Amino acid sequence: MSTTHSSQDIVTQVRRDILRMVHKVNSGHPGGSLGCAEFFVSLYNEIMELKEGFDMDGINEDVFFLSNGHISPVFYSVLARRGYFPVEELNTFRLIDSRLQGHPTTHEGLPGIRIASGSLGQGLSVAIGAAQAKKLNKDSHMVYALMGDGELQEGQNWEAIMYAAAKKVDNLIATVDLNGKQIDGSTDKVLPMGSVEGKFKAFGWEVLTVEEGNDLTAIGNALREAKSMSGNGKPICILLKTEMGNGVDFMMHTHAWHGKAPNDEQLESALAQNPETLGDY
Amino acid sequence: MKEYINQGSQDTRSGFGAGLTELGRTNPNVVALCADLIGSLKMDQFIEENPDRFFQIGIAEANMMGIAAGLTIGGKIPFTGTFANFSTGRVYDQIRQSIAYSGKNVKICASHAGVTLGEDGATHQILEDIGLMKMLPGMVVINPCDFNQTKAATMAIADYDGPVYLRFGRPKVANFTPADQSFEIGKGLLLQEGSDVTIVATGHLVWEALEAAKTLNEKGISAEVINIHTIKPLDNDIILKSVAKTGAIVTAEEHNFLGGLGESVARVLAENTPTPQEFIATKDTFGESGTPAQLMDKYGLNAKAIVAASEKIIQRK
Repeated sequence: MSTTHSSQDIVTQVRRDILRMVHKVNSGHPGGSLGCAEFFVSLYNEIMELKEGFDMDGINEDVFFLSNGHISPVFYSVLARRGYFPVEELNTFRLIDSRLQGHPTTHEGLPGIRIASGSLGQGLSVAIGAAQAKKLNKDSHMVYALMGDGELQEGQNWEAIMYAAAKKVDNLIATVDLNGKQIDGSTDKVLPMGSVEGKFKAFGWEVLTVEEGNDLTAIGNALREAKSMSGNGKPICILLKTEMGNGVDFMMHTHAWHGKAPNDEQLESALAQNPETLGDY
Repeated sequence: MKEYINQGSQDTRSGFGAGLTELGRTNPNVVALCADLIGSLKMDQFIEENPDRFFQIGIAEANMMGIAAGLTIGGKIPFTGTFANFSTGRVYDQIRQSIAYSGKNVKICASHAGVTLGEDGATHQILEDIGLMKMLPGMVVINPCDFNQTKAATMAIADYDGPVYLRFGRPKVANFTPADQSFEIGKGLLLQEGSDVTIVATGHLVWEALEAAKTLNEKGISAEVINIHTIKPLDNDIILKSVAKTGAIVTAEEHNFLGGLGESVARVLAENTPTPQEFIATKDTFGESGTPAQLMDKYGLNAKAIVAASEKIIQRK
């Protein structure tokens, strides 16, 4: 599963998983999930060094933290497709007694999840702690994190951004999903953030910007470049310009599908645009 | 009556510092974090001996709680240190999601709890922290009574796997429990046997309860005194056993009566054996500036108040 071609097949299947999961329970967050499908597939299938199985401490392997937990559908799909748990379990998303809660949690013991997220702005701090634990353990593996751009409006992020640079947390690669959208509209309309790149740089981070945030090759190159920059005294940020709802024509170029599920007809249309590749769950 | 000797008044925060220092020497997984209050939390010695295992976070408590949660991933046992106010209310959602719900092995160590931090006033005198923390599923809540017990508790919580809130204070108070005590989480301690009234106290109020029992004894009232250092999980048995004998209870804590030890005790009694109860606690109010002794007196948090409450409650039996 390491070639770009097969990664693209996984992306297509992940999109189907996302759409079918949220459709079944008529809830969940397809827009951001679809926008980050390529990122997750690249990270988990091409970049991260992972052990077989799952343990919480993640010693001697790369670890990942999702801060914007509402895009759980893409996280669950990619974890299942990577073998952390049976793909059939995607069928239980958001149902009673499921390990696949609306937002990711360690509470139900789902393999692959190391922190609960959903209340925004907390994941970067956790990733920093895990990165510092790796340093104490003399574990040279990386810590990855993903945040939303709207999420940067939470102040805790800026505490964390300041701290990571000051304490030279250089085994951390934090990606911001720069899709420019949040629940109430565009980030520029809700709360303009100015130059996110300029802010990270001013705080002392290395910053890589990916203009084509839904291009597997571009993402992979950026993640590899970021990794090559690690260990040099600076935390690394990737600004990933993605398209919310990517891969489904009517879900793109709008924030309308942030937290809305497709109806039967819309699902059919969306799935038709993404034919089955690895097999539906 | 059993006699308790003050071995020399000390602050409970220094007990925390001593316990943390000991842990630094004995448990390589223990790490410490502080949000710009090293001196106040008495963390200097740990830092001097283990500079690599200390994280100065700066004035950023939310970030501190998240980093602590992250440090557990990799097997560390993080002890966070700041004032009780900034350890709880300020960072409640971070604790709730990243620590409690995530089941992380973080020890939230909180100094300057209650009115006895004194002159800094109400902005810093949290009286709601026990309530906030005990409501979090899975959170252990401990409020030891003196230097020795705080040291023992600090060391004990490192051996417990799960989130803990450890609450202690600023003022020098009587140090009367054994230096070599073992500390069992969730186990109340019977300090004084009595038959007329049960006094259940936590934290700084335990010594006041012992003093009150002496006065009550002189007045012909036999008071049983229980030290509840662990508010959650609560030692139901020791309380129920005592009220079966005395039929009346006074709870005593440096905390709001809404959400504190008293309410936890009241729930246990209501479920098992409804018992007349008096609450020594602040009564839905903020604190204010003053000396610790003045504040304890004004807010009815001392031996004198416990005596009065005991005399009142036995009339209701």
